Amino acid sequence: MADGSARSRAAGIATARLSEEDYRRNFSDLHPPLSKHEAQVESDRCYFCYDAPCVTACPTSIDIPLFIRQISADNANGAARTILSQNIFGGMCARDCPTETLCEEACVRNLAEDKPVEIGRLQRYATDSLLASGAQPFERGAPSGKRVAVVGGGPAGLACAHRLALHGHAVTVFEAREKLGGLNEYGIAAYKVAGGAAEREVDFLLAVGGMETRTGVALGRDVTLAQLRADFDAVFLGMGLAGVNALGQEGEDLPGVLDAVDYIAELRQAQNLSELPVGRRVVVIGGGMTAIDVAVQSKRLGAEDVTIVYRRGQDAMKASEYEQDLAQTNGVKIKHWGVPRRILTQDGNVSGIEFRYGQTGVDGRLEVTEESFTLDADVIFKAIGQTFIPAVLGESLEALDLSGGRLRVDEERRTSLPDVWAGGDCVAGGSDLTVAAVEDGKQAAESIHAAFSNS
Amino acid sequence: MADLRSEFLGIKSPNPFWLASAPPTDREINVTRAFKAGWGGVVWKTLGEDPPVVNVNGPRYGAVYSADRRLMGFNNIELISDRPLEINLREIKQVKRDWPDRAMVVSLMVPCEEAAWKKILPLVEETGADGVELNFGCPHGMSERGMGSAVGQVPEYVEMVARWCKQHTRMPVIVKLTPNITDVRHPARAARAGGADAVSLINTVNSIVSVDLDLMAPNPHTDGKGTHGGYCGPAVKPMALNMVAEIARDPATQGFPISGIGGVTTWRDAAEFMALGASNVQVCTAAMTYGFKIVEELTDGLKSWMEDKGYQRVDDIVGAAIPNVTDWQFLNLNYVVKARIDQDLCIKCGRCHIVCEDTSHQAITAEKDGHRHFEVIDAECVGCNLCVSVCPVENCITMERMTEGVDPRTGTPIDPAYANWTTHPNNPQAAE
Ligand SMILES: Cc1cc2nc3c(=O)[nH]c(=O)nc-3n(C[C@H](O)[C@H](O)[C@H](O)COP(=O)(O)OP(=O)(O)OC[C@H]3O[C@@H](n4cnc5c(N)ncnc54)[C@H](O)[C@@H]3O)c2cc1C
Ligand SMILES: Cc1cc2nc3c(=O)[nH]c(=O)nc-3n(C[C@H](O)[C@H](O)[C@H](O)COP(=O)(O)O)c2cc1C
Ligand code: SF4
Repeated sequence: MADGSARSRAAGIATARLSEEDYRRNFSDLHPPLSKHEAQVESDRCYFCYDAPCVTACPTSIDIPLFIRQISADNANGAARTILSQNIFGGMCARDCPTETLCEEACVRNLAEDKPVEIGRLQRYATDSLLASGAQPFERGAPSGKRVAVVGGGPAGLACAHRLALHGHAVTVFEAREKLGGLNEYGIAAYKVAGGAAEREVDFLLAVGGMETRTGVALGRDVTLAQLRADFDAVFLGMGLAGVNALGQEGEDLPGVLDAVDYIAELRQAQNLSELPVGRRVVVIGGGMTAIDVAVQSKRLGAEDVTIVYRRGQDAMKASEYEQDLAQTNGVKIKHWGVPRRILTQDGNVSGIEFRYGQTGVDGRLEVTEESFTLDADVIFKAIGQTFIPAVLGESLEALDLSGGRLRVDEERRTSLPDVWAGGDCVAGGSDLTVAAVEDGKQAAESIHAAFSNS
Repeated sequence: MADLRSEFLGIKSPNPFWLASAPPTDREINVTRAFKAGWGGVVWKTLGEDPPVVNVNGPRYGAVYSADRRLMGFNNIELISDRPLEINLREIKQVKRDWPDRAMVVSLMVPCEEAAWKKILPLVEETGADGVELNFGCPHGMSERGMGSAVGQVPEYVEMVARWCKQHTRMPVIVKLTPNITDVRHPARAARAGGADAVSLINTVNSIVSVDLDLMAPNPHTDGKGTHGGYCGPAVKPMALNMVAEIARDPATQGFPISGIGGVTTWRDAAEFMALGASNVQVCTAAMTYGFKIVEELTDGLKSWMEDKGYQRVDDIVGAAIPNVTDWQFLNLNYVVKARIDQDLCIKCGRCHIVCEDTSHQAITAEKDGHRHFEVIDAECVGCNLCVSVCPVENCITMERMTEGVDPRTGTPIDPAYANWTTHPNNPQAAE
């Protein structure tokens, strides 16, 4: 087994487990793009419903029947304009939205024949077509003289920045990382965004102008919120969730115990997937989208045994049924009712993990039993949730209301500070989806614009 | 940026999409909803004399579907407006006042007597409407009473009524033609001769959509009996396109403004009508199938296409295809094409083979070296396009022109010069 790396790791961890061809196949599009003919046939299935339930189910309220009708009338670029005018990340959302719990779940075809119109793939067809055509349907608004600081270059921040630019406000985006895009660039599973889709979309978005981007600049490290509030007419906070939950187990610091989000980021940025170390036996702890993504990608990188262990039952998993199926068809095992007890080691490396069986207690709470089971593992992924780190807000934190550890905002995404708005994963009460972040950014921009217009 | 604004007989509308005279334009509430949705204009549901007509209380509509229940053809036995004239006029006046930038044309059908037209025209004029459309097309019910298509089928009547109307009103007069006639150019010429300002076409086509084989009655039926109705929707578009083109290229009616109607469902349909000479289009069935919101697709689609093609104004498209519509006798007989099957795209269904084998020229193979394989035999192919028409894969079979060499079917060398039937040696009337 090839293992050129000098890093100390267990024997089960190796790079280059697969052939080049395998990597290509495993990390190309999960759902290949529709051909024109397929798009025509699929778009013909839309009933152009009145007050369409799919539109209500879309957090960004894309006029779905209209864009599908435009596709069927051979006007894919018009369809894309319909999509992007509501959701500037329409291309990403077409790829990463859990449509099975959003628009496609609401499609009336489900009632008729259990088979919704493939809205996500049609949306991709339209947005791909527009981006490939090089057309720019948006125009920056006439300069208003107002300046807005946007913190975080993820979907929330960039959606906000774009909408503000359309209204003519000058935007400066502060992004801690080297690249813009947030989790679109660092988090979404590689096979959902094959072919540089995330980067292409960000370039398209910025091309409208009026947005200055400052990468490598972090709030709390390089700038303070107080400074931004002094220098700009308004601030939008879209920093996502920079922290991760800990297992609280001994051995958590061993090299074989990895944070799933970090690993995925590394995978997304890897120039050469064969250089990425992969365990032979992988255990993933968690029950959400991140757990599924790290498990499936490990499998596709060549891991032999991958098991997701979730501490509760199947119905409590945050990952949708579709995603659970995806994991299983990729050969990932999902075990329920396993509560981590201790990490097992051998020669200073991870060798396995012991779980206690859980069960539903009398009051519905998780109850840990005395029974246990053990899984062998070279790599253990922690995918048990991310957290907002309020410390970056510095002394302004005092004036900002939090709720459940995240920023509290009102319907218009206003925080408790009059000139500060927030959205995306860093705010309370959201659904932690790309599409929800985009809607937050858009709503906040409209609210900021309205506030400027009224002042 | 393409400009969709349209002007037809001096009547301005923000786009060339009008709703045709029919239920969508029957009353204030509908028309107001239509204007809110973005329609450029309406032709109000046909008004007649009081007392108003009475509609059946049984079903009025029948439909022809695709396998997926997409409505392809639509049929109706509805009459003209069944509401009192005074109410219609009041509503028309109100809507025109509320929506001054939209076209408001009023459709009329009264008996074939001058007094009847003389009486109703000033009443319409008083509403502030932009024009009138004479309904000479309704093929059911009204025709039995000597109106509608009963007038439209007699060019002399068309001319006569058009003349009366021009005498008794200053409003532009549009004559709406029936397709239930052998040669649509005759009533169009008559309309022009009578002084009308334009024609609109088509009204609905006489039809029985289907038969209920249990009741042994045509659909739709009322109390066990049915009658023929008027057919419209996507299915009638090809007939409507031809009729529009015939009028547009007839020297007797050249330049006579046309409003195109019949199956317009998407922007492309509209562009096709306009390319063949219609200055604007009217829509009924598509709105009745999907609601008024479709106008968003129509306007955006037409605009996008115009921008792609570099057309600035709607008038730039009007009649653009007319120079290329000709008579059969002028088609180039030296133009030789052969079908070509793209083997990479071919899914090997064999439909091209069997239709050519059974019903055309035995010009497509079914196998090669013992394998299923479909390939054109140039020595047999007449270039008829049947295989293309039946192939389920777009662009799999194409027609390619032979520009040199010998046509293996006829053994004749390819002649790059143009030559048509008028000079062909087989033509008994060939000019020397
Ligand atoms: C592994 C994984 C898979 C996912 N898969 C899906 C999926 O398939 N579908 C889906 O809809 N959602 C998915 N999500 C969720 C989705 O990615 C997020 O909901 C979405 O990206 C949130 O957008 P955001 O703009 O709020 O935050 P982020 O995308 O996290 O962007 C925040 C940005 O702010 C920057 N930043 C952070 N702190 C600072 C600071 N102090 N100063 C300056 N900049 C800072 C970050 O570097 C980042 O670029 C997934 C999430 C993860 C973790
Ligand atoms: C239910 C129904 C009622 C109609 N009533 C009228 C009418 O009152 N006057 C008229 O001129 N045409 C009438 N028409 C014909 C339409 O205006 C139009 O000419 C025809 O339907 C073709 O267009 P379409 O294919 O877009 O429907 C009617 C059509 C339908 C379907
Ligand atoms: S469309 Fe309306 S009026 Fe007509 S049958 Fe249905 S419910 Fe009745």
